Amino acid sequence: MKYTPNSPAIVEDMLRSAGFNSLDELFSDVPEAIRLDRKLKLGPGRSEIELTRELKGLAAKNLNTEDYPCFLGAGAYDHYIPAAIDQLLLRSEFYTAYTPYQAEINQGILQSIFEYQSMICMLTGMDVANASMYDGGSALAEACVLACANSKGKKVLLPDTVHPEYQQILQTYAISGKMEIVIVPSTAGVCDLEKMISLIDEDTACVVIQQPNFFGHLEEVEKLADAVHRNKGFLVMAVDPISLAILKPPADVGADIVVGEGQALGNSLSFGGPYLGFFAATKKFLRRLPGRIVGQTTDTEGRRAFVLTLQAREQHIRREKANSNICSNQALNALAATMYLTLIGSTGLQAIAVRCHQLAVYAARELEKAGLKLKYKAPFFREFAVLLDDPARANRRLLENGIIGGYELEDAMLLAFTEKRTGAEIDQLVAVLGGEA
Amino acid sequence: MSKLIFEKNLKGSNSFTLPPADIPEVDITSSIPASFLRETAPALPDISEVEAVRHFVDLSHRAYGVDNGFYPLGSCTMKYSPKINEWAARLPGFTSIHPYQSVETVQGAMELLYNMQNMLAEITGMDAVTLQPAAGAHGEMTGVMIIKAYHQGRNDQGRTKMMVPDSAHGTNPATANVVGYDVVEVKSNRRGLVDLEDLKSKMSPEIAGLMLTNPNTLGLFEEEIQDIAAVVHDGGGLLYYDGANLNAVMGISRPGDMGFDVVHLNLHKTFSTPHGGGGPGSGPVGVKSYLADYLPVPMVDKKDDKYIFVYDRPLSIGKVKNFYGNFGVIVKAYAYILALGAEGIKDAAQQAVLNANYLRQHLKKDYHIPFDRLCKHEFVATAKRQVDENGVITLDIAKRLTDYGFHPPTVYFPLIVKEALMIEPTETETRERLDDFLQAMASIAEEARNHPEIVTNAPHNAVITRVDEVTAARKPVVKWEDDS
Repeated sequence: MKYTPNSPAIVEDMLRSAGFNSLDELFSDVPEAIRLDRKLKLGPGRSEIELTRELKGLAAKNLNTEDYPCFLGAGAYDHYIPAAIDQLLLRSEFYTAYTPYQAEINQGILQSIFEYQSMICMLTGMDVANASMYDGGSALAEACVLACANSKGKKVLLPDTVHPEYQQILQTYAISGKMEIVIVPSTAGVCDLEKMISLIDEDTACVVIQQPNFFGHLEEVEKLADAVHRNKGFLVMAVDPISLAILKPPADVGADIVVGEGQALGNSLSFGGPYLGFFAATKKFLRRLPGRIVGQTTDTEGRRAFVLTLQAREQHIRREKANSNICSNQALNALAATMYLTLIGSTGLQAIAVRCHQLAVYAARELEKAGLKLKYKAPFFREFAVLLDDPARANRRLLENGIIGGYELEDAMLLAFTEKRTGAEIDQLVAVLGGEA
Repeated sequence: MSKLIFEKNLKGSNSFTLPPADIPEVDITSSIPASFLRETAPALPDISEVEAVRHFVDLSHRAYGVDNGFYPLGSCTMKYSPKINEWAARLPGFTSIHPYQSVETVQGAMELLYNMQNMLAEITGMDAVTLQPAAGAHGEMTGVMIIKAYHQGRNDQGRTKMMVPDSAHGTNPATANVVGYDVVEVKSNRRGLVDLEDLKSKMSPEIAGLMLTNPNTLGLFEEEIQDIAAVVHDGGGLLYYDGANLNAVMGISRPGDMGFDVVHLNLHKTFSTPHGGGGPGSGPVGVKSYLADYLPVPMVDKKDDKYIFVYDRPLSIGKVKNFYGNFGVIVKAYAYILALGAEGIKDAAQQAVLNANYLRQHLKKDYHIPFDRLCKHEFVATAKRQVDENGVITLDIAKRLTDYGFHPPTVYFPLIVKEALMIEPTETETRERLDDFLQAMASIAEEARNHPEIVTNAPHNAVITRVDEVTAARKPVVKWEDDS
């Protein structure tokens, strides 16, 4: 297949018209020594029929969550996606557009982002949200960079109940020398408040807490917020957006910056991406946020209009003085999230959150009845770890029984529940895991 | 004026429901302490499915994508996104796999990633590739972190500065800063290329490397690239390739052969994945063998006919994002590369360069072209004549182009050219479409001469007129407030 539309005869005409004799002449400025003197080793082009065969073949080698009930979570969740979303995402005015630099011809995209920002603020209770970031982990790293850039200190304190990949990403970003990451051991599956608070000092730029945490449990946030605020640092929270239907908004427990993985909002699992990171903050960060922000204004005739705004924060203006190099966002994923929240609505989101929780509670009770023990006792939202001698073996047995099991910890399995799961599926899960007790 | 979704609220009209529960529906207050629970529900819109669908269709009518028409945004490579790629990325075997499934259950996805790493290594002339970074700027950051880790690994601690040309994308200096480097700007010479003498004078043991785009942001090939590489390498630095403009040279010249040590690619530019109104993209990074150990974890490898993740890489910079990269985007780019094959990839580059030179040659009748010689996939024109003669500026021309049904070029970039219009037609445009654009540009030049107010007041056909950006920034309104 080729997607170049001009015929060889037209190409010849164009070459002459532009003052060239051959296609090769168009590359006379590339020194001979660095020209590739052979074909790329990519094989021949494929017809569309060959392509469909080849890609279907690869897709068929993957077990997928449409065919197998899935109890994996740990940062990516198998939620139901209303059918309308993909139909709408396929409108190519959306998906083949660029970043809406030219406001007049891209009001639709700008408005959708403004609606997204508004919804993220509704969920989190924060004052401002950006137009989205790459994913939960990198959004958390950007949040800590922001906290450090606006604080005298550069210490970032976090309990080891934060997602292990988020911890790794933070450590990677710290190669800048502008952040010092301190990971504090937890007790009983939740943050050790006393230890954390004792480590907060004037060099602490921020404290990070994940709610619910990596193990699914709920963290006591208010005391941490008070302690870090007393030392003029910031509280950064990473949250599960589905949980915000029933849990206190982060603004109410003292968060200064709120981030999270937005995949659960209408985006497919897709083997880990593309997802979106949401990023919200209090007013004081309005002019310091990383990434794109859409603002409401008027046109010259006084009509409401939307535009990319506060661009003086961004890399193309600040260049080497910018605190973030981000120049894109995850607009299409954010659009999916906006559609999701619109189609589900408040009561729908609450129903989903409650169902996830009830299924988790049911599973925990049934597993305990079968003689298994939960790893930790703290209250959880929709995820918890169950102790097992050999989680890998248990997962193999689940797979033999047509079930994609949970995330393997050293001595336990982290199980997640979405509204797609049923009591019957959980009974099957318990029947297999019960044999491991 | 179009209403916001929140203004279309009709209490009780949302009818989303879950299936009946087959478990006891316990009250959440019995299992979650009240101190954790919110008192009022978030005020999301309450709207029926049909009205929600109409809302988003209405928004789509007020958006402009490549499928709507010509999109010559310089440096953005707005080529056609083949539909088969969208189909491929939507196969349930790709959309519905969890990133933590055991590798035995996702061998098809692993094979695709493995093949993609190898194909991109071949196209760039690099030895190893990571697919993890989520976007171009993210790839840049990953690449510059690798440069930093390399110097640190050699205990070469004095290299605290990164060189960036004055024509560079804003992300280059921003990336250098984010990774903890001071930025040293290298001048362009009169031909629009890196000034070799200036480069030599700035190379020192404090320099970690040079970030370069080739062809550069003026669309000009850095003809002295081998000398540039020698200066940087002889001084102990590394050479970084910003892949924004790779579309011009794929299959013709490879960054690895030009002397670059690290490369990032933009799958959403060069490899046709749609830009999505701002994302998602994908920014793979390729490196030469001596930098391979620093690539992020995990890498995909093949062992005894089985594809595996390799996490045990002690020198790795770590992880830059969750999981393994924007897989759904990678599937689309993979389908694109397979479809084109070796010859199609080269053909794409040739046609992109031809289209750009065709436009350049015919546009100079009406517009100033500061570097009027053989260009690659893009070139820079300016509104100099229009400004001098009638006070019509680049922004006016951009806005007027939308009345003619075209997306405007990139404007006011690169910064080293005043009143720049950076034009990148890409290879997927017909001559007819290019001629229409030339005709529109000629008409606008004519209007600028005879009726400048038509241009300075444009657009006339858009759903809104020009927006008040100053008030937007001075008194920011960044979310909807319920005034009722």
